[in-house]
Amino acid sequence: MAEPVAAPILAVEGLQKRFGGLTALGGIDLAVGKGEVIGIIGANGAGKTTFVNIVTGYLKPSDGRITVNGIDVTGLPPRVMTRRGICRSFQMSQLFASLTCLENLVLAHAAAENGGWKLLADPWTADRLARAEEGLARFGIADYRDARTATLPQGVRKLLDVVLAVAARPHLLLLDEPTSGIASDQRFQIMDVIMGQMAECGVTVLFVEHDMDLVERYARRVLAFLDGRIAADGSVAEVFGHDEVRRAIVGDHRATRRPMGPGQ
Amino acid sequence: MPMPRSTGWLIVIVFGGVALGGLGLPAWMISVGLSAMSQGIVVLGLVVLMRAGLISFGQGLYFGLGGYAVGVLSLEFGITDAFLRVIAAALAAAAVGLLLGCLLRRYRGIFFAMLSLAFSMIFYGLLVKNQNLGSTDGFRVLASTFAGRPPTGGANQLWLFLFACLLSAVCALAVHRYFRSTLGWLATAIRDNETRVEYLGCSVNAAVHLKLVLCSALAGIGGALSAMTVGHIDPAITYWTTSGELVFVAILGGAGSVFAPFLGALVFQVVHTLALAMLPHAWHVILGGVLLASILFMPDGLWSAIARRRERSHG
Amino acid sequence: MAISLTILMDGLIYAAWLFVVALGMTLIFGVMRILNVAHGSFYAFGAYTMATLLNLITGAGLPFAYGFLAIPLAALAVGGGLGTMMETGVLRWLHGRDEVAAALATFALFLILEDMVPLIWGLDAIPTYQIYGVLGTTDIGGMIFNNYELSFILLAIVVGAITWWGLRHTRQGKIVLAVIHDPEAAQAFGINVRRVFPTVFAIGGVLGALAGAYSAPMITVYPGIGVEAVILAFAVVVIGGLGSVPGAMIGALAVGLARAVAVHLLPQVELFVIYSVMTLVLLFRPSGLFAKPVARRI
Ligand SMILES: Nc1ncnc2c1ncn2[C@@H]1O[C@H](COP(=O)(O)OP(=O)(O)OP(=O)(O)O)[C@@H](O)[C@H]1O
Ligand SMILES: [Mg+2]
Repeated sequence: MAEPVAAPILAVEGLQKRFGGLTALGGIDLAVGKGEVIGIIGANGAGKTTFVNIVTGYLKPSDGRITVNGIDVTGLPPRVMTRRGICRSFQMSQLFASLTCLENLVLAHAAAENGGWKLLADPWTADRLARAEEGLARFGIADYRDARTATLPQGVRKLLDVVLAVAARPHLLLLDEPTSGIASDQRFQIMDVIMGQMAECGVTVLFVEHDMDLVERYARRVLAFLDGRIAADGSVAEVFGHDEVRRAIVGDHRATRRPMGPGQ
Repeated sequence: MPMPRSTGWLIVIVFGGVALGGLGLPAWMISVGLSAMSQGIVVLGLVVLMRAGLISFGQGLYFGLGGYAVGVLSLEFGITDAFLRVIAAALAAAAVGLLLGCLLRRYRGIFFAMLSLAFSMIFYGLLVKNQNLGSTDGFRVLASTFAGRPPTGGANQLWLFLFACLLSAVCALAVHRYFRSTLGWLATAIRDNETRVEYLGCSVNAAVHLKLVLCSALAGIGGALSAMTVGHIDPAITYWTTSGELVFVAILGGAGSVFAPFLGALVFQVVHTLALAMLPHAWHVILGGVLLASILFMPDGLWSAIARRRERSHG
Repeated sequence: MAISLTILMDGLIYAAWLFVVALGMTLIFGVMRILNVAHGSFYAFGAYTMATLLNLITGAGLPFAYGFLAIPLAALAVGGGLGTMMETGVLRWLHGRDEVAAALATFALFLILEDMVPLIWGLDAIPTYQIYGVLGTTDIGGMIFNNYELSFILLAIVVGAITWWGLRHTRQGKIVLAVIHDPEAAQAFGINVRRVFPTVFAIGGVLGALAGAYSAPMITVYPGIGVEAVILAFAVVVIGGLGSVPGAMIGALAVGLARAVAVHLLPQVELFVIYSVMTLVLLFRPSGLFAKPVARRI
């Protein structure tokens, strides 16, 4: 199991979520340290997205407490969480379909920087334009600068979704399946870009991922979701070797690729 | 991409030109122009909403509020100054917009449209029942004075025309400025994807509320101008068919430019004048027919500017 | 005592009226996800058709009983005819289009139909009192009530019971209930949701027209009754929660009783009371009493 975290950036206690009769999350306890990179795995319907939705305030928990840097944030809406430096990307990318990539990003910067009366200012400052161009370039999607996002290929959409999420300069970033829908030969490249950028800025990252190779490669710590609870929490080796997790999620992934682990 | 700054100058030139042209126009064209400008200002407000994907079936409420504010101001306080009238109308309408916005801001689509309609019909009901305000007959609105200058019969309409040009230019400039602001851009963003807007750190409901106040104020100004033009107000200006006409102009004009509402209103007023002469009782049948046809046969037509372009969901 | 009895009975009569108008609207919304702004036209055309029939009947010297036969006739003709025309002519073509498109289309239809009323029937009110008095009166606790008005309560109960029974015990009704409850799940179970659209729309239309036809002898039939009906129905339906049949009933009772209290105790605030009930409910329950708010799944 994971070692106790001294001053967690994110702490979750007894988090529950019920949809009518269905229990999507049945008591999650978790402490995330500053700068950690955590992979979240779990079968379809295990509650991973629900967890991300609740932590970022999109859904209200049925029970439990969420604290960020020791401050209770349970039930606060997404816009407040964003202003406090907790951002996310989406399993299904959430973009402004009728705007171009550049417009999406400039608007994201402007919205993040302009609260209150400053919303009446023109978003198109030279500085913001330069930063947006640079942001697109850093993630390797500068070629799509003037394409309306409705016309983008899937991989670019997913990347832009992440770019928009980091526009607000988060301390804590939650990525919901950043590589789903992307050809497997491009996944490492895309994750390299994202994780490299985040590591540079010391951002704490939680990423939901179905591709175990990616989890193995980027996560220092793994949470395995099983039917709305965390079945295992620890290093990659610990979690991938966990019996229940092996049976339900990872399968023989490790056994076939690296024949070592508990019991062998 | 940022909108061209030159549009601002274009607004000044166009309305300046219209004002100059007004000096040589016959009286009936002056009065059509006045009606078009009052309606255009109201529709400008609807366009502010439309950009965010919202449509109101009850804009007659704020339009009527503007008109009644002008009427009550002269009836109760003897104030007939055009500038004061417009300011009072804008404030009254904005205040009601602010209040009703507390409820309306949570709704979108047909709910928003119908709740607006319901509120406008309450106002209509109140006016009809109010004997002090002349019930269904309404009452006469005194001619406007301009900065202390007393009204002078025929020339007054010309003064009003110049005033309307000024007012239209100011409103168009303000809305143009707003379109270019972050808030203005957020309208498109809200129409496309509210979830993302919230995750960018902005309150969608607060933004909608603000748009609502802006569009109510514009409707109030238009209503004031209309009351000053017609010289009479009655509850019919708040009836739902008035709102229907406004929606009609907004849809056919489109949300593309600040000139569209004025052009649309001008065409509307001309056709209205002709149609009333030829088919006095079938006016709304024609209106509804054209609206329906444009929805059915031009799915990508002008009106679709307000349709929500939701992010397609990929796996 | 007497006043509270009057308030109760008036409230029930008004609630019955509201329920029948609102039921059609909420059914159509529940199934088709279209809020039919032109629902008011069903009501208006129903009332006007009834008025015409009544005048024909009395003009021909036929007995009053025929007047009662005219009610279902007007309802079926208007609801079926107009409803089918609207569904096949307009709404069917908007399937899959933006929600705003459907809203605007029904609004445009309403503009057309409301202006056709004076074109067909003229601008003056039409007399419709002929069968109002023939049922006599009833003495309840010393208060005299007109039996025709009381019979509206009976109508609402019968209509409500038939709807309830139809939804629970017929194949189509079960489909409708499934669709109202969860359109996606219904689709997933292989129910062709669109198959029931024309029927539901026609039934909704008949209910709207029935309310109009039945009301005709009690009200003044003049241009503008359509918009009044649709706005009141909307208020009732949002109080209950759009698409909810029990919601429409509770909403109608709430509005009906609140209005009756206002009419008898503080007539100046009648209009306010109706919409205050609506506003109050929406402030605390934005989706109405019986509908749950659903967050978009992301
Ligand atoms: N808004 C909602 N309303 C009702 N049920 C929901 C809602 N969101 C999620 N659920 C249910 O909760 C459970 C957990 O869903 P969730 O989306 O969190 O799973 P997940 O782990 O992200 O799965 P996947 O790998 O497919 O993305 C599922 O059974 C799902 O159907
Ligand atoms: Mg998920």
